[in-house]
Amino acid sequence: MERRVYLDHAATTPVDPEVAEAMARVLREVPGNPSSIYAEGRRARALVDTAREEVAAAMGADPSEIVFTSGGTEADNLAIRGVLKAHRPDPDASGPHLVISSIEHHAVLDTAEDLERHAHVRVAVVGVDGTGRVDPRDVADAIGEATRLISIMHGNNEIGTIQPIDEIGRVARERGVTFHTDAVQTVGILPFDVRTLPVDLVSVNAHKFYGPKGVGALYVRKGTRIATMQTGGGQEKGRRTGTENVAGIVGLGSAMRIATERRDGEAEKQRRLRDRILEGVRARVPAAVLTGHPTERLPNNASFCFPGTQGEALIVALDLEGFSVSSGSACTSGKTEPSHVLLAIGLEREVAQGSLRVTVGRDTTESDVDAFLAALPPIVERIRSVSAEPLSASAR
Amino acid sequence: MIERSEAARPEARREQQDLYSAAAVDHFTSPRNVGGVEEPDGKGSDTNPACGDRTTITVRLRDGRVTEARFRTFGCVAAIASASVLTELAAGRTAAEARALGPGDVISALGGLPERKEGCALMAVGALRAALVDAQVRARA
Repeated sequence: MERRVYLDHAATTPVDPEVAEAMARVLREVPGNPSSIYAEGRRARALVDTAREEVAAAMGADPSEIVFTSGGTEADNLAIRGVLKAHRPDPDASGPHLVISSIEHHAVLDTAEDLERHAHVRVAVVGVDGTGRVDPRDVADAIGEATRLISIMHGNNEIGTIQPIDEIGRVARERGVTFHTDAVQTVGILPFDVRTLPVDLVSVNAHKFYGPKGVGALYVRKGTRIATMQTGGGQEKGRRTGTENVAGIVGLGSAMRIATERRDGEAEKQRRLRDRILEGVRARVPAAVLTGHPTERLPNNASFCFPGTQGEALIVALDLEGFSVSSGSACTSGKTEPSHVLLAIGLEREVAQGSLRVTVGRDTTESDVDAFLAALPPIVERIRSVSAEPLSASAR
Repeated sequence: MIERSEAARPEARREQQDLYSAAAVDHFTSPRNVGGVEEPDGKGSDTNPACGDRTTITVRLRDGRVTEARFRTFGCVAAIASASVLTELAAGRTAAEARALGPGDVISALGGLPERKEGCALMAVGALRAALVDAQVRARA
């Protein structure tokens, strides 16, 4: 088996062995439905309750404020659709109902678009600067009489930029607007405390911090008006009905507990590795463009554009040499629209096409990073030599 | 019957695991005829409007035959591999034969392309045809 170096932890992380063990035990030994009142059911219920406490504790929340979902996408959908459904919009009020940013994940962006198209929801999209930061004053300016919800992510999955959600949250509070943040890239990775952060709804995703795929949570601050999207047996206090994914929820809970225990040490270690990549690429690859904020960025994210290259070509070339990385413009569907995030930070289309995202994780070592830094420059060079006239030739 | 379909399944999966055929990977990692023909008889470009990829092909003709074709491509693996293999396919053919080469020829020479990558083969073909038309126009001038 060839040696692989996995550098795509923003896409997903491998399940922590302790988490996998805890989940396997549930699948083997806990057959009950948490809604049943006999012994098997009570045992399943107890596991779900413990996981809820673990998730709540990691965020400074009360367990009653945690709603389990099938992941980050569902948490985002529930937050946005749920809040807008609960606040029946006043037809005479002016301004947008929903305010988002131009670099949101598709789970937010496409949900907003869908509501705009099919539910007459008015959406305002706030832009970002060249580093991908939202200016809280722009959010304040976008708010109107009719505005019921602001949804702006915490850490961007592509370029790693961290938004000033404390300031945006204060704006929302002052104006009496509910504030949702998609924090799937930060909860479990950076300190996140709802006792100090003025946020009302927070999306969380287990597989971003070494938990299983297919399970996540939405934090809903007490008193936040939110309606359900699906109807049924009334689980999760009716906010997310459907029999609980007990093993997945146990996995989420233990992954969250472990991530919190290891958080500060990991953030520090990964930040060092990340900086090694940032500096190494800058030194070895000519004309590399750093994307995202130089300092206000996720500790594990290094992202670039290499003009004259194309994302898919970079990914395939690195894959052939054993490295797993990603791009904001992977042309797998035959249609390389460069990502909306890269365009939103003002990159030229052709530059944005050559994007590469490298995200380190718990198991990444210095020698992994060095191997990557050795493999990358000749690949960029080769792809560039296919795409463009060499300088000497064009000068002739 | 059941045994056969069970046995066929892992095979199919292995194929699906490889995004690109060995031939496409080879043309991508070791592209043939990169660059431009010096003092070309014809030069043509094509872009794929769906993705912004671009290929330029230059050709040299002797006695109505393509003696040399070279390419430059800004684009994905399929775009690079298509142009690379097409420069090989074109060499030695008459201009008319080369103009008759279609995306199907490119795709089969590469041992297939992933779904929805046909546009990449079409772009290579478009660039070659444009180069050959250019050569014809220049020859008449």
